[in-house]
Amino acid sequence: MFDACADPKSIEGLTWAACYLTSGKHIDFYWSFVTVLLLLALTAPAALAMGFAGATAARSRFLPISILGKGYAAIVRGVPDIIFFLFFVIALDQGIEYLKSLAVCEDHAWPWQGLEFRVCPEAKVPLGKSSAFWHQAYGFGLAVFTFAIVFGAFAANVLYGAMNAVPRAQLETAEAYGMSHGQVFRRILVPQMWVYALPGLSNLWMILIKATPLLFLLGVKDIVYWARELGGSKTQAYEYPHPDWRLWYFLGLLVFYLIFTKVSEIVLARLSARLSHGQATAAGEAQRKAAA
Amino acid sequence: MKRLLLATALTALSGAAFAQDVVRLGTEGAYPPFNFINDAGEVAGFEREVGDELCKRASLTCEWVTNEWDSIIPNLQSGNYDVIIAGMSITDERDEVIDFTQNYFPPAASAYVALAADADLKGIVAAQTSTIQAGYVAESGATLLEFATPDETIAAVRNGEAVAVFADKDFLAPIVAESNGELMFVGEPVQLGGGVGLGLRESDAELKEKLNAAIQSMKDDGSLNALIEKHFGPEAAKF
Repeated sequence: MFDACADPKSIEGLTWAACYLTSGKHIDFYWSFVTVLLLLALTAPAALAMGFAGATAARSRFLPISILGKGYAAIVRGVPDIIFFLFFVIALDQGIEYLKSLAVCEDHAWPWQGLEFRVCPEAKVPLGKSSAFWHQAYGFGLAVFTFAIVFGAFAANVLYGAMNAVPRAQLETAEAYGMSHGQVFRRILVPQMWVYALPGLSNLWMILIKATPLLFLLGVKDIVYWARELGGSKTQAYEYPHPDWRLWYFLGLLVFYLIFTKVSEIVLARLSARLSHGQATAAGEAQRKAAA
Repeated sequence: MKRLLLATALTALSGAAFAQDVVRLGTEGAYPPFNFINDAGEVAGFEREVGDELCKRASLTCEWVTNEWDSIIPNLQSGNYDVIIAGMSITDERDEVIDFTQNYFPPAASAYVALAADADLKGIVAAQTSTIQAGYVAESGATLLEFATPDETIAAVRNGEAVAVFADKDFLAPIVAESNGELMFVGEPVQLGGGVGLGLRESDAELKEKLNAAIQSMKDDGSLNALIEKHFGPEAAKF
């Protein structure tokens, strides 16, 4: 990055540290923080949407939909995450390529031949000749989708419980006013359920933050991958040889995660206070008394 | 909505250039001097130079991809890349699931490294998961301690988790040389495997022929030996 860094083995002290910390690999490391934050920013709403759909389906009075919603939560929650991240992603990737091959390939041979999966080159997603960026973006997209499915199942269960926790009297009153089922759901049930869902959802958020290292299983290089890679001892084959510094890198990650979860806690606490406002819960009652 | 987005994404991707086919080279990026990620964040090392030269000779456009060692064979079979170039020794077990080109690195010795000369090689020995060395340790009567990356196997010996590490001698040599006498080779080196070759899908016969010819031409004009000497020092085994 700097001119002084042209020959790293001849420099020492602060200059060395400055050059070391701005090497291309470190820049990749810093960018991976953005990757993780972006993943969280996309996954959290996606998982919430999946959860909401799952919970709504589970409450449906139409049996097949209800079974679908409950089955989704039960199956995904029961399968170990690591299996999901190892096998589901490969299956999803192959499934997408198979569907695409039906549309673009001339030869419709069954792609699963023994241990290999073969489709014509035009059906590859992304195409073999696409730039590395597309390969990464695709891997990232698969990651977001997989995280959304896994965490959506947990969120579905939380939201299902929260919907059932809304006092029945509230819904009955709404019905007595002549609201339709849809209106009761939208105007009464959903606005009130969040306060019951929030503790469970905040747990999920904390777990999601810590689950991001699973990204590496999907080929996305996250902060834990880079910390391990940068911290590992380096021989003279590298420009900046150093002993095993993983401890320092992982301490850095520890600080990052602690700050991040602390900030999350503060935000969630505020959100909780806001949602409790005017609710017929202990927290809502406490707020009312404090104000009076 | 999701399907709509997916369809849009697929169209966008398929529209991205119809140039020459690209051969994707998959490596681990954690096994110096064979392959590693250099400080610029790019794949470097012996295999980087060999791979680039082979692609040039075979007139292929190549692109480098890194993948964890554990899942390097399944991802080849799934078509995420076309060639494994990751210091992978040619063995019968691997040959059953994938194909190998002829070797571009001669059959080399594996060795034990420990903190003390009298280390018990039948004790706890560290090796990388799914390597021929791990298989050898498991059969040697020692207690095998597996790690996902080569670097962790060394760290395990340094912090006393394992008595010794068993790995390619060429990988261990620079680490021992730079440890200021802390680490040392113990016991006799062991010959394992049939050299290092490029791994390919069994159905990719055409690509295999091209790469075999390119490797042969590098062997014939001595450029492969020159690269081995550059990265592994003058004592390394050559063709």
